[in-house]
Amino acid sequence: MAKTKEQASSTIDPAAACAPEWTEILRQMILIRRFEEATEREFRKGKIGGYLHVYSGQEAVASGIITALTKGDILFTGYRDHAHALALGSEPRRVMAELFGKSTGVSKGKGGSMHLFDVEHGFYGGYGIVGGHLTLAAGAAYALRYQQTERIAVCYFGDGAMNIGSFHEAMNMAGLWGKDGMCPILFIIENNGYAMGTSVERHSALTDLAQRVRAYNIQTEKVDGQDVFAVRGVADRVVRQMRETGKPYCIEAITYRFSGHGAADILQPYRSKDEVEEHRHRDPIGILRNRLGEICGLTDADVKSIEDWAASEVAAAVQFAEESAPPEAEELWRDIVAEHGPVRENE
Amino acid sequence: MSEKSYRDAIRDAMMEEMDRDPNVLIMGEDIGVYEGTFRITAGMLKKYGGKRVIDTPIAEAGMVGTAVGMAMLGLRPIVEMMTMNFAIVAADQILNHAAKVRYFSGGQVDVPVVIRGPQGAGVQLSAQHSQTFESFYAHFPGIKVVAPATPADAKGLLKTSIRGRDPVIFLESAALYGMKGEVPDDPNFTVPFGVSRVAREGSDVTIVSYSRMLQMSLIAAEKLSQDEGIECEVIDLRTLRPLDLEPAYASVTKTHRCVVVQEQWKPFGAAAEIAASITETVFDELDAPVARVTGEDVPMPYARNLELLATPHEQHVIAAVKKVMYANG
Ligand SMILES: Cc1ncc(C[n+]2csc(CCOP(=O)(O)OP(=O)(O)O)c2C)c(N)n1
Ligand SMILES: [Mg+2]
Repeated sequence: MAKTKEQASSTIDPAAACAPEWTEILRQMILIRRFEEATEREFRKGKIGGYLHVYSGQEAVASGIITALTKGDILFTGYRDHAHALALGSEPRRVMAELFGKSTGVSKGKGGSMHLFDVEHGFYGGYGIVGGHLTLAAGAAYALRYQQTERIAVCYFGDGAMNIGSFHEAMNMAGLWGKDGMCPILFIIENNGYAMGTSVERHSALTDLAQRVRAYNIQTEKVDGQDVFAVRGVADRVVRQMRETGKPYCIEAITYRFSGHGAADILQPYRSKDEVEEHRHRDPIGILRNRLGEICGLTDADVKSIEDWAASEVAAAVQFAEESAPPEAEELWRDIVAEHGPVRENE
Repeated sequence: MSEKSYRDAIRDAMMEEMDRDPNVLIMGEDIGVYEGTFRITAGMLKKYGGKRVIDTPIAEAGMVGTAVGMAMLGLRPIVEMMTMNFAIVAADQILNHAAKVRYFSGGQVDVPVVIRGPQGAGVQLSAQHSQTFESFYAHFPGIKVVAPATPADAKGLLKTSIRGRDPVIFLESAALYGMKGEVPDDPNFTVPFGVSRVAREGSDVTIVSYSRMLQMSLIAAEKLSQDEGIECEVIDLRTLRPLDLEPAYASVTKTHRCVVVQEQWKPFGAAAEIAASITETVFDELDAPVARVTGEDVPMPYARNLELLATPHEQHVIAAVKKVMYANG
């Protein structure tokens, strides 16, 4: 995706750029990448079942926004949700255990890859029906204001999700409630150029996606989603503003997914190898690393030690998942409703 | 006759009907350039072009609604749902529109739209992606509900669906796509709606089922025959709306015992309707209450061990057959 003129890009103030926090963000993004690579390996080994959608290539969109949040803020997203959980602070080993379907997983092994949930860290879930969670997130944002807090809700979704009815209903209600300062929701469009095998040009009447959000009286801005400085810069400003206004806001992050749509998307007939290669040159991790190297003197040895740390974290997560017990049979019958659950036979 | 997979039988049915009638077209997500997530539509865009093989945005309600409009004007759209789990996004378009316009227009319009796609559990897709929908749709008057168990029926019933005048929910079993069977080559081969068939003859117990559970019931019946000398008669319903229970009644009159098998939840399910009809119609013939084999009454869990516990298997059918024979333990 070519960078458009109106996209925000980062302007660099070396003092700010070299704050230790940026090294932490680099660590987080490298951890996410190594974690996703491990999930792809474990899927091929049959340790992970169902659908598996990885985030490789899009890390700056999760890390740039989520690191700007504070405790108490909440987040909703779709099924491509591992990075969001990790960035919010879910333990990698419990996320991996969920993917392995183990009792120690964040959702007790009952949700799997598409349905990570970790309310303690503000994560209100991964959802599998495209667009279905947007309305939930708008309602949650209303609740935060109703409860007279300054917390905000963040709602991630893909370019493809903008074509489904619930997107429009959620946007209109957020825009409407926002007029009374009652809907502090930050919508993040993860515009990775494709909805499964259909490019934005082929699925959307209007390719300026943010424009569709403006139709609902919601302020928008586009950002280079490969540049975590840019994403974080916008997030810092917008999040602060939203806590005051209680109004919705939408950031369209232009990004790219390096892997297939899901683990089954091997042939990828909708895009060329060259196209993928070209985008790999704008790897968000490489961009941040180079910048920290050029401006702040981050050395190869520094990076190596981060890589080693990430590799051992991920290996430990896999081992933990492997060694954890599957859910006990009784778990099948728990968490269905709070009271008056199903009548079971042979009891 | 040729040996075909269930998947190829479905594709053949659509392509033969598209060759036969220029009013037939297909729309869905990633069915054209991508050739379908289950490759049902492979080669179709190339052969028929983008006007007849329409890649849609992710807009299930939009897809069904526009298809209903096309159908009211005389086209014969097929809507492919990537999986039937997504069709509930379009429930209003299906149940409040497709199923109703003929009636409230006093019969002024036909609505020949086919909504088809895979369903079913078994590959750890967890709660939102593992459901089956026959009971849900069959509750509503105004639509047809089809659930084939074999490649031949998949082809013949789909052709009947496309040629018909009413909205059809055509439920494919994702687990059966690779299954092979003999399929007639005659392009005019069709299978009528509302005609159940005896899939296996037997004299001891009647098993009534459809779709993938029919195949599972046949395996259970073979095991019972070999291991226990129990001979089950297995009835394949093929369509749930219209529902033909005559062969089931005839069979129960012979066996006096009946087991109904369905994949999903027991409460208010297809098996409940079938068991009630059998009880109402041939009550005096029954030597035991009709038994139901169903999935457990829980949302589908992700973990493999829990998923196996939540779904019905051969041994459940075998146990139910023994139960109605009072042969347990
Ligand atoms: C209502 C619905 N229709 C179809 C699907 C199947 N599906 C899953 S992801 C996807 C593509 C979504 O693309 P996008 O919103 O751009 O998100 P991305 O995968 O690119 O992150 C589709 C069609 C679904 N899950 N839900
Ligand atoms: Mg996308």
